[in-house]
Amino acid sequence: MSPEFLYTIEVILNGLMAGIMYSLVALGFVLIFKASGIFNYAQGVMALFAALTLVGFQSGQIPFSHLINVMFGTEYHHWGEGMNNFLAIVLTILVMIAFAWLVEKLVLKHLVNQAPIILFMATIGLAFFMEGFGDLMWGANIKTLDVGIPSGGSFWWEDVTRTWATEGSEYYGMYIDVLDVWATGIAVALVIVLMLFSQFTKTGRALRAVADDHQAALTVGISLRTIWVIVWSIAGIVALVAGIMWGSKSGVQFSLSLIALKALPVLILGGFTSIPGAIIGGLIIGVGEKLFEFWVGPLIGGATENWFAYVLALFFLMFRPQGLFGEKIIERV
Amino acid sequence: MEGQSANENIVLSVNNIEVIYDHVILVLKGVSLDVTEGGIVALLGANGAGKTTTIKSISNILGTERGEVTKGSIEYMGEKVENLSPTELVQKGVVQVMEGRHCFEHLTVEENLLTGAYTRKDGRKAVSDSLEKVYSYFPRLKLRRKSQAGYTSGGEQQMVAVGRALMAQPKVILLDEPSMGLAPQLVEEIFQIVKDLNQKEGVTFLLAEQNTSVALRYATYGYILENGRVVMDGEARSLSENEDVKEFYLGLSGGDKKSFRDVKHYRRRKRWLA
Repeated sequence: MSPEFLYTIEVILNGLMAGIMYSLVALGFVLIFKASGIFNYAQGVMALFAALTLVGFQSGQIPFSHLINVMFGTEYHHWGEGMNNFLAIVLTILVMIAFAWLVEKLVLKHLVNQAPIILFMATIGLAFFMEGFGDLMWGANIKTLDVGIPSGGSFWWEDVTRTWATEGSEYYGMYIDVLDVWATGIAVALVIVLMLFSQFTKTGRALRAVADDHQAALTVGISLRTIWVIVWSIAGIVALVAGIMWGSKSGVQFSLSLIALKALPVLILGGFTSIPGAIIGGLIIGVGEKLFEFWVGPLIGGATENWFAYVLALFFLMFRPQGLFGEKIIERV
Repeated sequence: MEGQSANENIVLSVNNIEVIYDHVILVLKGVSLDVTEGGIVALLGANGAGKTTTIKSISNILGTERGEVTKGSIEYMGEKVENLSPTELVQKGVVQVMEGRHCFEHLTVEENLLTGAYTRKDGRKAVSDSLEKVYSYFPRLKLRRKSQAGYTSGGEQQMVAVGRALMAQPKVILLDEPSMGLAPQLVEEIFQIVKDLNQKEGVTFLLAEQNTSVALRYATYGYILENGRVVMDGEARSLSENEDVKEFYLGLSGGDKKSFRDVKHYRRRKRWLA
């Protein structure tokens, strides 16, 4: 195989893996949108908050330590050596579930039946509140997150791919980050678990029922408020996974919440109501922006990755506003 | 109420309720009605008379439409229920079947039925027994159990909706406009099943219906609503023989032609008296 062809494959592979990361964020949006018709602007901040909490537990930080120290003149920052990864992840999941419960109790419950724009505004408020709250709770410094997922280039893969190149050509193998491979594997596993959950459990069936018809779900005795807590909890867990992946890649910092913006074009491409759409949309955007950068980038001076996804989304809005997999309207003939 | 004999058990009793939508629109202006145990009570009237609102205020899903019961009370088996959540009502055995069927379109027929058992806690075996029972009443659903509900016919969807309600093992089913959009033959079929369920399973029905003639044939008792008030009630048979009901709801006139002006005048006078 010619080196050019192998380069292209490398770009596509990296694009697919970047796309999975976008899909993870988009997935959280779709879950909440389907079950409650709310576009949750806070999804990105939830990922940030989850990652902050995880790092906090791991390193044994005392929550609100700055506040406590200022109020009581103490100098506490850590309560010990921290805890192992598994325990920290379980505790973070519990925190995200508690968060979902609080959101339902304090926000959603009081805004039932309001127009979607009002709920959207509420989630914007929620996003800003959480960003500040996360800051107050865990401090604003940039943290490194390491949950034991290996990272760095794979030498094995480099060696394997080097042999694919045609004899005598200058090719030194493909670069693939092991972290990306892990992220892909975990994301795929997460999606499979979610699918199984929604297809084969009673609660999953209730979730789908609510997504189809709120009122009818009420008449069979499904409590919307319980469903909302469940959905926000799941979205919180998805946010945690996204937070771990992005956090391990680029550190836990407050710009992490901006990954929500990357999810927007994914949603526009895949449709706001489709889980497969979120995944495939993410893959298309990931591969698309990498290939565009590889092929067209050099001609126009590069840095196309920053805007390519949004322009693609713009074209979709013009020609297929419901997205690739947007709500299929069933009509009887 | 005077029409119904006092010694029968009243399961559901609506006392003089007033319903307001969006804080301003007064829809029910004091509706009272009683549903006796084992009866089929029909709620009749034209579009916008308040039938659906009455049913929704009993099942308490008015809240999702920004409506609220501002006066009066609703009692189920002697207990006030107007502040219970829809879930609690379903658990107590009051289940609504909404107008326009409202199936879960993307779920299969069988999944639709199973969601009806959402509040039940008596185990998988009991639920699958109920499922078989529903299939015995609606054999057609068994044939289509794996198809998406959105792709089934209107009659089948109505069967899914009624079957789904049955899965909750209800004592009272609030059935809103079962004939809507169905062919006359299917309407008969649905009503026949309602009657079967009533006689064999002992389910009490409160059904809102515009199709007065069919409803009165199957019902035991009827209430006629006009403009958010009950204007007439009585045994189904006596209602269907009533001259006014014949005139206005059954489309049968007593022979001599009346002019429209007279009718309007008559109705206005009737309403004043009500």
